[in-house]
Amino acid sequence: MPKTTSRNQQYILGIESTADDFSVGIISFDGKITANIISAFMPEEGGIHPREAARHHAEVAGEVIEEAFKKAKIHPNQIEAVAFSQGPGLGPCLRTGATAARALASYLHVPLVGVNHSIAHIEIGKLITGARDPVTLYVSGGNTIVSAFDAGRYRIFGETLDIAVGNCLDVFGREAGLRQKAGMPFGAIIEKLASQGKTFIPLPFSIKGMDLSFSGLLTAAVELLRDKKHRLEDICFSLQETVFSMLAEVTERALAHTEKNEVVLTGGVGANIKLQSMIKAIADEHNTSFSAVPTEFAIDNGAMIAWTGVLAYNHGITVPLGKSMVRLKWRLDEVYVPWVREAETQTC
Amino acid sequence: MKKGAEANLYLEEWHGRKVIMKRRLAKAYRLSQLDSTVRAQRTLHEPLLIHRAKEAGVPTPTIFMVDLADSNIIMEYVEGKQVKQVLNGLSPKEKLLLCRHIGSLIGRLHKNGIIHGDLTTSNMVLTCAGKIYFVDFGLGEYSDELEARGVDLHLMKRALQSTHYKYAKECFGAVMRGYARVVGEETAKNVLGKISEIERRGRYVAERGE
Repeated sequence: MPKTTSRNQQYILGIESTADDFSVGIISFDGKITANIISAFMPEEGGIHPREAARHHAEVAGEVIEEAFKKAKIHPNQIEAVAFSQGPGLGPCLRTGATAARALASYLHVPLVGVNHSIAHIEIGKLITGARDPVTLYVSGGNTIVSAFDAGRYRIFGETLDIAVGNCLDVFGREAGLRQKAGMPFGAIIEKLASQGKTFIPLPFSIKGMDLSFSGLLTAAVELLRDKKHRLEDICFSLQETVFSMLAEVTERALAHTEKNEVVLTGGVGANIKLQSMIKAIADEHNTSFSAVPTEFAIDNGAMIAWTGVLAYNHGITVPLGKSMVRLKWRLDEVYVPWVREAETQTC
Repeated sequence: MKKGAEANLYLEEWHGRKVIMKRRLAKAYRLSQLDSTVRAQRTLHEPLLIHRAKEAGVPTPTIFMVDLADSNIIMEYVEGKQVKQVLNGLSPKEKLLLCRHIGSLIGRLHKNGIIHGDLTTSNMVLTCAGKIYFVDFGLGEYSDELEARGVDLHLMKRALQSTHYKYAKECFGAVMRGYARVVGEETAKNVLGKISEIERRGRYVAERGE
């Protein structure tokens, strides 16, 4: 049904709930973000228990949606479709978000759009930074992916073979007895300690072709903690230098291989200044532009789901309620992305 | 000549020969201590592996000089085209033949305990005589382990999928047939099993189930 006349007043609402954050974003069809409300689940201790995170999501869903509408200053009938992160992520968390999305879509009588979480990180990165065809390094607690568009799809040029880099830093932080608080995750605490480190202690540098492995490195770093022979600051310093040098190398490989001229850094770990400076150095060396996505849109957020929902919806991609089950292991290279035009990208 | 991710390649004249100078330049982003270790290790390691590969019957460039202090390797310039550049333009039959040949060369490496470490179609050079040279052993290692062989071939599979996605499946099948001819069906089957295990181990893989 043609809605061209009223399009500029129409919006898509996006719900993100793959892991510890429940977030709702509202965005117009021309990419104006009118709301991006994020509610983070912060466990007292330990990692994210999927069931407890899901309970948090269920508890806050109503108020976060309400707050988003208030912030966007729009009426619910201006929502043309509801997008939700369909995967990949933690089952209970995804299902809670999906339930909220289904309920809202049925209530408003609008279609549902299932969005791939990793693609959404790339798309919001492009929207915010203005990059057209970047190599994206997406580093978070759950993902470590170097991706670029090539021949009809986003392709993965390197990824972790075991744990994600954020997970590596989090587990190390907990093993070191650090306490994270709101606005100060383990990564940030480690970054601060690392800045006071002086002595470099060698750790395994494990790059396998284009892929990375962090689990052995984590074990080695934890063993250094137990040895009690080194200052915590030095271990943090060595861990950061090693881990980020690995990420930088894989990103550089993808850049050299695809010959693209933009690099975008996103994901929660992308907030690390040291990592940003390393990736920027690589970009400079290859005469490539570099942008780091601002934290609000680099961490898991509803706006990215809403925006990718806009892109997909504009190409007629919706999902019927009956087929909207979540996809826990949905790889980004499985996703059909008709909105990225071949002409806009250079082939490699 | 080429600015790689890890090293720069220069095409030079050296004592009347056309040579490739592979220089691992210091990475400013990397801590100098980590940087020099990584560079020196790779500069020493690579020529040794290249030599061993040649002994195993896999064409590789001849090494003329190694300079550890400067992280510099001078080696033969192999005239030809990267398999990456030619593969897409070949007829289906030629493609499979080429891939089978590549597979048998990988088989020779593995049979002799050599892991290439970066098996992509950019690292294979097809000469006009039809020989395939393997280059860039910078990430290689010695190993007889099934795991290492699996990771090596998994990368080959991934490289085919990302750059030659239209016929990646057939091509990889041909690679594995050539491989099996050299290492034997039994080993090839085990390595294939390992590859699917590695794929399942990766994050967010459909086959792993939900």
